[in-house]
Amino acid sequence: MAHIRNDYENSWWPRLKRWLQGGSTKLDEAMTKEYDESREGHLVGTIEEAQAREDAREEKVRRQLAEEQTMYTQAHQWAATHGQKTARVLYGLFAVIICVSIIALLLSTATHLPPFGNADNPVNNEVSQRYIEKGQEETGIVNIVAGMILDYRAFDTLGESNVLFIAACSVLILLRISRDPNGGVSAEQLAVEANDRMYEPKNDIILQHIAKVLVPIILMFGMYVIMNGHISPGGGFSGGAIMGAGLILYLNAFGFKQTERFFTFKTFQIVSLCALSFYALSKAYSFFTGANHLESIITTGTPGALFSAGLIPYLNLAVGLVVCCTMYAFYTLFRKGDM
Amino acid sequence: MLDTVRFVISLIMTLGGLFALLSGIVGVFRFKYALTRIHAAALFDTVGILLMVGGVIVGQGFTIASLKMLLVIAILWMSSPVSSHLIGRLEVTINDALDKNMTVADQTMVDHEKEGD
Repeated sequence: MAHIRNDYENSWWPRLKRWLQGGSTKLDEAMTKEYDESREGHLVGTIEEAQAREDAREEKVRRQLAEEQTMYTQAHQWAATHGQKTARVLYGLFAVIICVSIIALLLSTATHLPPFGNADNPVNNEVSQRYIEKGQEETGIVNIVAGMILDYRAFDTLGESNVLFIAACSVLILLRISRDPNGGVSAEQLAVEANDRMYEPKNDIILQHIAKVLVPIILMFGMYVIMNGHISPGGGFSGGAIMGAGLILYLNAFGFKQTERFFTFKTFQIVSLCALSFYALSKAYSFFTGANHLESIITTGTPGALFSAGLIPYLNLAVGLVVCCTMYAFYTLFRKGDM
Repeated sequence: MLDTVRFVISLIMTLGGLFALLSGIVGVFRFKYALTRIHAAALFDTVGILLMVGGVIVGQGFTIASLKMLLVIAILWMSSPVSSHLIGRLEVTINDALDKNMTVADQTMVDHEKEGD
């Protein structure tokens, strides 16, 4: 049975509340008690007696306050001199202990790992065996990793691309300059944002000349990595990161006015949306026809050719575009608060 | 005979590159001020990359892969000094007490930097 307590004032919640509000320190309690005890005597006696009592009480309170003060000073002094040293020693001690224990744990785990490249390792089970033996025949890829992430486990890759897109959206919500209802930005906000970038080197002639040489190479190399994702190591994620880096270099060299000619917020929206929905729709088609053993118009082609491996080059392209847009969007949002 | 000579040359170049990179790292940790640290990092990076990749090219013989390595040198030589230059420019722009850390020969140049373009 629930036990009803009438003593609400002394239960733990009001006590906690009193303590939080700073209601009763020990000194307050002592003074209250003193006052209560002397209440009877307060009413009788002469003025001198009352005066003496008052003086004694005042003296006591002053003494208690002084004691408290000395305690505070001692604590502060200790913190300033010995405390700092102790904290530093403790910090070093714990850092060493934690580091050593983590190293010991990892090393002891590493000794229990199976030897590298052993045929009996748990990794070499029937799953990877099937990917290696049947992968090229079923998907038409040369790069088995691309075949795995974009064909057998394409659903997982769609999720990863969506994670990037959602991350870009969250950064957009957090960092984009707030707008009027009709979509405009006030001049003051733009001025405040521009103030952040006041000291950045602008229109650096050396950077501009280097960027003129490097940006086309970087973009071309990124495209090469994306489009050869099914033939050679690479793919959408790495190639998209390279292209995003190229765009960021161009932005740093030539400023926002130049990049806004071809990449605005609208471009980001359209490219990301088109790439993601193309990925989802084409992969849905592929899953449906494949899983139901229907005739599919997408053929695997000759392994090793540029246009082969069914949907994989196009899916790589979609992933690459999403990654590229996300990287560029992150950079511009953190730097300017807009695209 | 020729192989031995090539091996020795590549060994000397690689060790030289290693030494250059190592001195760069020591400089980065020993110097106290940003611009001097950039000096250490950028110079020895450039020399170290040239010597290391050159040593590999000499050791492997001149094949089609060597062209790619030369491309690596070219791109790193273009990008690494430029990034150091930009960091140095930013340091000159934002550091108000520049003459505490170094001798400023021409104050008007610094003022021009601070105004921006």
